Amino acid sequence: MWRVGTVVALHDETATARTITLDVPDWPGHVAGQHVDVRLTASDGYSAVRSYSIASAPNAEMRVELTVERLPNGEVSPYLTQELAVGDRLELRGPIGGWFVWRAQQTEPIQLIAGGSGIAPLMAMIRSRASTGSTAPFRLLYSVREPGAVFYREDLQTLLDRDNNVGLTYAYTRVAPKDWPRPPGRIDAALIADATWPSNLAPTCYVCGPTSFVESAVDFLSASGNSPDKIRTERFGPTGDRK
Amino acid sequence: MGIISRGFSGRRSTADVKLPPGQYLTTDFPVLSAGPTPHVSLDRWEFVIDDGTNVLRRWDWKAFRELPTETFTVDIHCVTRWSKLGTSWEGVSLDVLLADVRTDLSYAMFRSYGDYTTNVPLKDVINKQAWVAFKFDGADLAPEHGGPARLLIPHLYFWKSAKWVKGVTLMSHDKPGFWESLGYHIYGDPWREQRYSGDE
Repeated sequence: MWRVGTVVALHDETATARTITLDVPDWPGHVAGQHVDVRLTASDGYSAVRSYSIASAPNAEMRVELTVERLPNGEVSPYLTQELAVGDRLELRGPIGGWFVWRAQQTEPIQLIAGGSGIAPLMAMIRSRASTGSTAPFRLLYSVREPGAVFYREDLQTLLDRDNNVGLTYAYTRVAPKDWPRPPGRIDAALIADATWPSNLAPTCYVCGPTSFVESAVDFLSASGNSPDKIRTERFGPTGDRK
Repeated sequence: MGIISRGFSGRRSTADVKLPPGQYLTTDFPVLSAGPTPHVSLDRWEFVIDDGTNVLRRWDWKAFRELPTETFTVDIHCVTRWSKLGTSWEGVSLDVLLADVRTDLSYAMFRSYGDYTTNVPLKDVINKQAWVAFKFDGADLAPEHGGPARLLIPHLYFWKSAKWVKGVTLMSHDKPGFWESLGYHIYGDPWREQRYSGDE
């Protein structure tokens, strides 16, 4: 069934990504990590649907936040990041997916690894941890092209300052900030060893990003002793309208 | 018809093809998996047919590759809404694999390396409808696409085409597999848009 959400806020995360806050009066609630289908309909009835991860924690206000990265040849993402205005109504279906999720009952260490806009569902987990008062130890390894490509920067900093059970390591692939200790480059075994939980703590790992990023992150996690059944992945591929 | 999205015109496919409802065309081959890509060595690979109690048939890679193969070209439809047309594969038909299996069981649960499972009525994998494929576009199937071998049931959503398939358990009653337990449709016909549990 399709629900109707009203856009109540828009926030540019980066030059190409925007967070859309929707008020969805009949929202049934969600679990951090789930996604929704969004449907756009043209005046002649033609419609297009894409999936986007929910970036917000479950909340009592019936608010759902989606962060959409604009894809150069996308059909739906240019509309959502450039045309959509506060007050517009959007149709959505969901929440969907019961695998790539974090629930507040989980007390084990959590390792999050994000590539680019793959941060969105992981941010929902971090926010959900904070809003439920969970004390599960979290670490996030967040790989971005350049400093300007970071989503949720202030929110992440606030959550970090408030709780020393959440750790964050940025990794830059193209351009790093001045004096950054690690030269720009893709994630590698040394970075995984430095920035993730030791595998003997048996963390549950959530890895989200482009396919090639996820494949290599998972290979490094496995090589450092993490069991495959503790690694959950969400990939978005070359066509990639996912996220 | 849904709520009109002010200012949205969309990009209709110009190709003269009919896609299942809600799908769009892609020429890429996106990868979607729930966990790590298993790397299965051929000397340990096997494909086993059982009925939950007894092993009915078993092949190692060498025996499997000695079976007659077919090349076939099919359209595939992913529940995440991309469709890819005219993909060409080589594989062993399930008709060949099930040829000597006498059973009155009506359902199948396919099992994969990495512990993925997916359920299908047995009638959907016989009569030239399903294969265990080991080549895509003339080349060995890459691990991220399910190599060494994956199931292919092109008339159902692509999550039914289990990557890294290692066998099938025949069952008397239908039972949900991995995604089917996590909110996805028990059968998954793209032409009836059976994406999620609750879709008719």
